[in-house]
Amino acid sequence: MVSLNSYLLVSAVLFSLGTIGVLTRKNAIVIFMCIELMLNSVNLTFIALSRHLGNLDGQIFVLFVMTVAAAEAAVGLALMIAFYNNKETIDVDDVNMLKW
Amino acid sequence: MFDNVWLIPFLPLVGFVINGLFGKKIKNEAIIGGIATLAIFGSFLVSCGILMQMIGLSPEQRVFEKVMFPWIHSGVLKIDMAFLLDPLSCIMIMVVTGVGSLIHLYSIGYMHGEEGFYRYFAYLNLFCMSMLLLVLGNNLLVMFIGWEGVGLCSYLLIGYYFHKKSAGDAAKKAFVMNRVGDFGFLLGLFILFWWFGSNYNIWTINFTEIKAASHLLPYGGVVTVATLCFFVGATGKSAQIPLYTWLPDAMEGPTPVSALIHAATMVTAGIYMIARMSFIFIKAPETMMVIAIVGALTAIFAATIGTAQNDIKRVLAYSTVSQLGFMFLAMGVGAFTAGVFHLMTHAFFKACLFLGSGSVIHSMHHALHHGHLNDDAQDMRNMGGLKSKMPITFITFLVSTIAIAGIPGFSGFFSKDEILWQAFTNPYHGSLNVLLWGTGAVAACFTAFYMFRLVFMTFFGECRINPKVKDHLHESPLVITIPLMVLGFLAVVGGYLGMPKLMGMLPNYLEHWLDPVFELANEYGATYAHAGAHHPHSLEWGLMGASVAIAVVGILIARTLYISSTGIPAKFTSAFPVLHRAVYNKWYIDELYDYIVVNPCKALGQGLWKGFDVLIVDGVVNGVANVVMAFGGVLRFVQSGYIYNYAISMALGVAVILGYYIFR
Repeated sequence: MVSLNSYLLVSAVLFSLGTIGVLTRKNAIVIFMCIELMLNSVNLTFIALSRHLGNLDGQIFVLFVMTVAAAEAAVGLALMIAFYNNKETIDVDDVNMLKW
Repeated sequence: MFDNVWLIPFLPLVGFVINGLFGKKIKNEAIIGGIATLAIFGSFLVSCGILMQMIGLSPEQRVFEKVMFPWIHSGVLKIDMAFLLDPLSCIMIMVVTGVGSLIHLYSIGYMHGEEGFYRYFAYLNLFCMSMLLLVLGNNLLVMFIGWEGVGLCSYLLIGYYFHKKSAGDAAKKAFVMNRVGDFGFLLGLFILFWWFGSNYNIWTINFTEIKAASHLLPYGGVVTVATLCFFVGATGKSAQIPLYTWLPDAMEGPTPVSALIHAATMVTAGIYMIARMSFIFIKAPETMMVIAIVGALTAIFAATIGTAQNDIKRVLAYSTVSQLGFMFLAMGVGAFTAGVFHLMTHAFFKACLFLGSGSVIHSMHHALHHGHLNDDAQDMRNMGGLKSKMPITFITFLVSTIAIAGIPGFSGFFSKDEILWQAFTNPYHGSLNVLLWGTGAVAACFTAFYMFRLVFMTFFGECRINPKVKDHLHESPLVITIPLMVLGFLAVVGGYLGMPKLMGMLPNYLEHWLDPVFELANEYGATYAHAGAHHPHSLEWGLMGASVAIAVVGILIARTLYISSTGIPAKFTSAFPVLHRAVYNKWYIDELYDYIVVNPCKALGQGLWKGFDVLIVDGVVNGVANVVMAFGGVLRFVQSGYIYNYAISMALGVAVILGYYIFR
């Protein structure tokens, strides 16, 4: 069987990749995709630990996280469409209207 | 009937509430005036009933206290809203309600056609209520409510014609000077309360209880301080030196107000207060001397100013100040009964004089208005020869003038003579007595002079009013002349209540009536002053004759100057211009007060405004705002609008928290 550590390691790597993506990418859609990546890595952690500890709570929680991720993606995309209608771009560098 | 004593101040209060709240809607003058007059007349009837009942009792029984409700019960301090009925308060309520009723009736005619008619009567009723509280209160605090109330109503009524700046100024002046006096009253009250409480654990300001405990008070010392403070209150309320300058200015108010407040009632509050606390004042010989001296000085000082005034009401105002000086002189030499006697007779003749002058002014005003002239209706130089045009006014005015001059047979003679006699023979002031008597006598001479000057200038001689309107001068209506007649009658017969024993015709009713009230004071006085010296009757007759002679001299001088040789006053004025200017300008006392008190206060106000309020207070408030804005100016750069910054700060924050938990 694959050991728990592997799952946790993969999860950590995916999470860091997602974080770096959020912090460095310009395109708003790509940032949303990286956020999804982070959420899914957390899902992986939950499942692995649930299997390891024999407790079904983790898997139930994953269902919640997926629901939230889906809703959030919908809202975020709607936000981006509204923003595009205003500014013709979804480059996050241009989201600076609340500047001092 | 004693149980109904609460009705006496309550009825005018009801009148005030009705007229104050609904007066504007009740447009009918008769109803408004009627409500007010009936209220005070009701109080008069109750007072008469109480007097009847009190006469039927023996002297020891003539004390009655009625507690309306407990007011302040806080620890050792127990103050009730309660009334004290004794011979002294009985006299006062009779005078206040009696003269008050007459003046209310008079006002219905005098204030006819004024807008704000209801306001006048509401305030007049409020005033009567306050004055009645003052004289009926059984403790110092209820007296103080009335004390303040009459001061307030004085302000409201002097400033009745508030559209005139001079009226507003006069009202403010009266109120502020009264306030200074009130401060003294309160200090005296506190000192007494504190002294009795801390030394003997007697925490009270009730007159009866203080009287019972007064034997514990020392002579002089703390009592002198307390009584001096009370006397300051009296000088403010009763217009003595130094707080008298408001009274002449108070003539800006309607004439009936001057009659009621500034002749018969409010200004007598100081005298009443000293009479009520006679047993305390007598224990402070120094204060008694101060009171006597201030009284005598005020009497003569005001009399000199009165000789040069041309406004009829001003002359009467200074006359009031002068006569009050006589009353204080009486109180200061321990002749409390004489002081109260003069208070009573003065109320009658002075109210009659003021109301008479109101009748004259009313008539003059009416005539001048008819001719569309702007002459001053109150200036005596525009009057003259009115005795044929206004006979009833003339007769009552003349009768009251004879009374104030102190001619035998009329009331003023008996009371003024009693005061002068007591001043000469009192056991308290030794060698000062002759000076006090002399000052009083000279003041009496001046009084006779300027009062008859007034009469001669106004009623005798040729009519100096503009000839066009001369025929429009006529007698005033009945509602004005009836009070004049009643008061004129009282000005004659009022004195027979207090005929001196010397004359042997009638017993001295007033002295017997008031003896029990001042018994304790006389007892205390006897311990340090030897009243044993029996004065020969010849001395009394002699002094009496001297005061009559002095009065007659004054009258004759007035007659010479204003009837026979009318050129003399002008020559006198041009011969002594500086003296005349000084006397005419009231010895420049107002200007002196302006310099010493008013301008420094104004300067202080300016300084505090510009220096403290603007610089410091506003500076601090604005400064706080500036600091907040500065902080904001620095912190706003966090809002860069740059998404990466926000995302990095979130990530860093998470890292820090995690790190804290991992490495703890």
